Amino acid sequence: MTVSRRAMLKAGGSLVVSFALTPSDAFGQAVASLVGNPSKEVDGWLSIAADGTVTALTGKCEMGHGLYTAQTQLVAEELGVPMNRIKLIQCVTGTTPDQGVTSGAQSHPQNFNHANLALAAATARETLVQMASKQWGVPADRLTPGNGVVRHQERTISYGELIGGKQFNIALNPNAKRKSPREWTVLGNPIKRLDMPEMVTGRLEYAHNVRVPGMVHGRVVRPPTVGATVASAVSDIESSVSAMPGFIKVVVKKDFVGVVCEKQWQAVQAANQLKVQWKPGPKLPPQVGFYDRMRTLPSRDTYLVDSKDVDATLAKAAQVVRSTYLHPYHMHGSIGASCAVADVKADGATIWSPTQGVYPQRDSCAMVLGMKPQQMKVIYARGSGCYGINGADTVSYDAALLSQAVGRPVRVQLSRKDEMANENFGLAFVVDQRVGLDAAGNIVAWDYESWSPTRGGRPGYAQPGNQITGYLAGFQPAPFAPRTPAPPPSGPLANGSNVVPSYVTGTVDGAAGGTGTVKCERMLSRIVESPFWTGPLRSPSRLQNTFAHECMMDELAAAAKADPVEYRLRHLRDPRLRAVVQAAAKAANWQARPSPATRTGTGTGTGTGTGTGTRNPVSGRGIACVLYEGDNGYCSMVADVDVHLDTGVVDVKRLVMALDSGPISNPDGLRNQAEGGALHGMSRALFEEVTWDEDKVTSVDWRTYRTFPVGFKIPRLETVLINTIEAEACGAGETSITVTAAAIGNAIFDATGKRLRQVPFTPERLIQQLRTD
Amino acid sequence: MANFNLRVNNRAVSVDVDPATPLLYVLADELALNGPKFGCGLGQCGACTVIVKGQAIRSCMTPVKTVAGGDITTLDGLGTPEKPHPIQQAFIDEQAAQCGFCLSGVILTAKALVDRTPKPTDDQIQQALSNVLCRCFAHQRMIAAVKRYANGGAA
Repeated sequence: MTVSRRAMLKAGGSLVVSFALTPSDAFGQAVASLVGNPSKEVDGWLSIAADGTVTALTGKCEMGHGLYTAQTQLVAEELGVPMNRIKLIQCVTGTTPDQGVTSGAQSHPQNFNHANLALAAATARETLVQMASKQWGVPADRLTPGNGVVRHQERTISYGELIGGKQFNIALNPNAKRKSPREWTVLGNPIKRLDMPEMVTGRLEYAHNVRVPGMVHGRVVRPPTVGATVASAVSDIESSVSAMPGFIKVVVKKDFVGVVCEKQWQAVQAANQLKVQWKPGPKLPPQVGFYDRMRTLPSRDTYLVDSKDVDATLAKAAQVVRSTYLHPYHMHGSIGASCAVADVKADGATIWSPTQGVYPQRDSCAMVLGMKPQQMKVIYARGSGCYGINGADTVSYDAALLSQAVGRPVRVQLSRKDEMANENFGLAFVVDQRVGLDAAGNIVAWDYESWSPTRGGRPGYAQPGNQITGYLAGFQPAPFAPRTPAPPPSGPLANGSNVVPSYVTGTVDGAAGGTGTVKCERMLSRIVESPFWTGPLRSPSRLQNTFAHECMMDELAAAAKADPVEYRLRHLRDPRLRAVVQAAAKAANWQARPSPATRTGTGTGTGTGTGTGTRNPVSGRGIACVLYEGDNGYCSMVADVDVHLDTGVVDVKRLVMALDSGPISNPDGLRNQAEGGALHGMSRALFEEVTWDEDKVTSVDWRTYRTFPVGFKIPRLETVLINTIEAEACGAGETSITVTAAAIGNAIFDATGKRLRQVPFTPERLIQQLRTD
Repeated sequence: MANFNLRVNNRAVSVDVDPATPLLYVLADELALNGPKFGCGLGQCGACTVIVKGQAIRSCMTPVKTVAGGDITTLDGLGTPEKPHPIQQAFIDEQAAQCGFCLSGVILTAKALVDRTPKPTDDQIQQALSNVLCRCFAHQRMIAAVKRYANGGAA
């Protein structure tokens, strides 16, 4: 039997230990935090007032991805009340269920399947029907719930009359009947975002807009170089700014330094003027050669699969294709530098935080403050789009520490540099691929080995040292424990990081957990220590691995002189993955032929375009696909590009996506996510790269960490949605971004015959490739 | 500290602040407006954009003393959730945002363009938004919303 990651998550904490051993969860506690410890009682999820209004509670919060609206649709649908009678409260400790973090494309799997919020609403609906049945003496199966009432023929009784103001006092009923997507009237519709009018009119309160009576303003002063420590006396630091207007206090706790002033501008100036002597840390490893250096470091090794016959099969293969793929550190680069407000008193604290997890923030922040979690209240306040663990948690610690020190509510706004130089970057990766083909060009063995550096990560409930503030204040990050050689893989397959490519069987302990046909397979993941903080960034590891796998698959198709779509289908057995590949290809009017177009001369898609370069560009198309996390959403993408051979500039002309995330809650919300993910993926594939010198991170603003603006000439985005209503609800926010770099890289190869194996695909790298033959 | 009289969203206000204070902090902290946001403090992203004298400017880099007496419009000043300005309605119609943090930059920069150039070409729209960032990458919908607005509300 194959046990999916989702099934394991559902099963809860008992499986966490085995999970933490997999490279997919180098961020240790992430799995536990994804689940949390949510209420098993209906009253933990919703209540109905006498006037029939519904208050629903969720531990999965709106972060810009439309979840507030989708969850409101869910409650309306399952409970049978109009959307405008529902108030959804998201993520307040002590009030909402502890659902860990809103992350990892787990909100739909957790709350829209047969558990948690969906099950609470269904259980409540059945309870209300039973109450009416009892009151009227009519069998429950003759009653119809909906529109906030239970109906029997001409007679109705409202939910408010049945339960108004009282508790349900009933556990979530695993046998409660869920509505079939075939009966949906609210879910499944492109309901407009409920928060959009407030957003576009500047009314929505973000964490940045939280204003508390008596609030003052703090700024932090981070070490100027990585690993630097405070060498000055606190009194000397304080005297450098104590005469400034509005000055309240300098706060130093080990290597944490901050300053509090009455007004924000005063705090900015004080932070700029503050004099600290810093003792430098060890020099950073040079960026040039960093990928090769990773191979030499002590590593924590994990086999995901090992069929034990890979070397022998490769030795007798007709052809072996070897490639190495390189992916840099990327940053979240949220548009707003992070901000939080804290009001810490001797006996209690309130934090307004844009955290992804209010309960983990509460518990870990309590450690930072030396308080008890029960004394703390964390209220989720919207941040700017986070895409993973940006500065939201660390700035909450900053605000809490400063507030504790001054005894007043303190708002901390990080500077752009504070955020960019110190955030938990998405992982760099080196991936070695070695794949054997038989005489017919079919894959006979797939061998993968990767190195990726980590340090810290999500703080979870008890590891504040996983981020900069906790570390500076004296806490340690999760320890790194090298392990070589790796133990043999043990089942079930855990492919949460997409280490295992789609084209192999993914067999562990005799059970095939993968989506492909190739039985000879070995995937070895090596985690090494990072000089920088790292953590989950939109499609963590999945994006990097999928870049390496899907470009490799394109190389194999080219070696076999096969059409890249046909070649993928030849090695895929999962029908839903096959279906998204076929749907994307069809929507993109894919012409079957081998790549590259210009080299073979056989294609119909080759030739010259009409791009904006100084000469006519060459055109190409590429495809990529993924089953995100091995079990959490299908996506395939076709990219059409023009490549300007003289400048090395790549114009992405069109991105066509096909997605299957199970039953679709809100098709417009899903499209918005797919579109944003595709362009985010394009930015990362073409522009983004964290840079550093021997002391410090040097990509610290939008000039040094490049992306593209709203006015950029973007590709046409087309999204095909496959609504698989009989399946479970999957994640969708991270599927399109996962395949974008590979689709674009493959299209560049199709256009030019040159393979870019290193992200980002800069003009310089492409020109260099074009000049080598 | 010094006193400055400003006209913000058609309301006369007076603030007593350091003359060098960036306009953003005056709007956000003294006047409690939620529209303009701190994105970078460097004038690179647009999240703090306001309109002064018909121009979209970066309030994070604009000392308050340089706009004294000036007429300032923020995202909050265009319309209300109940009665959005036509450009805000166009963004609602196109569902042209995700987290929404960048919207001051996108909407006010586009509004300044369309006020100045009622029928902008695609190139003019792109040029106007060439220094405005959205990290959720709702670009396609945002451009569609700007065109819808320029087109009098029709898609």
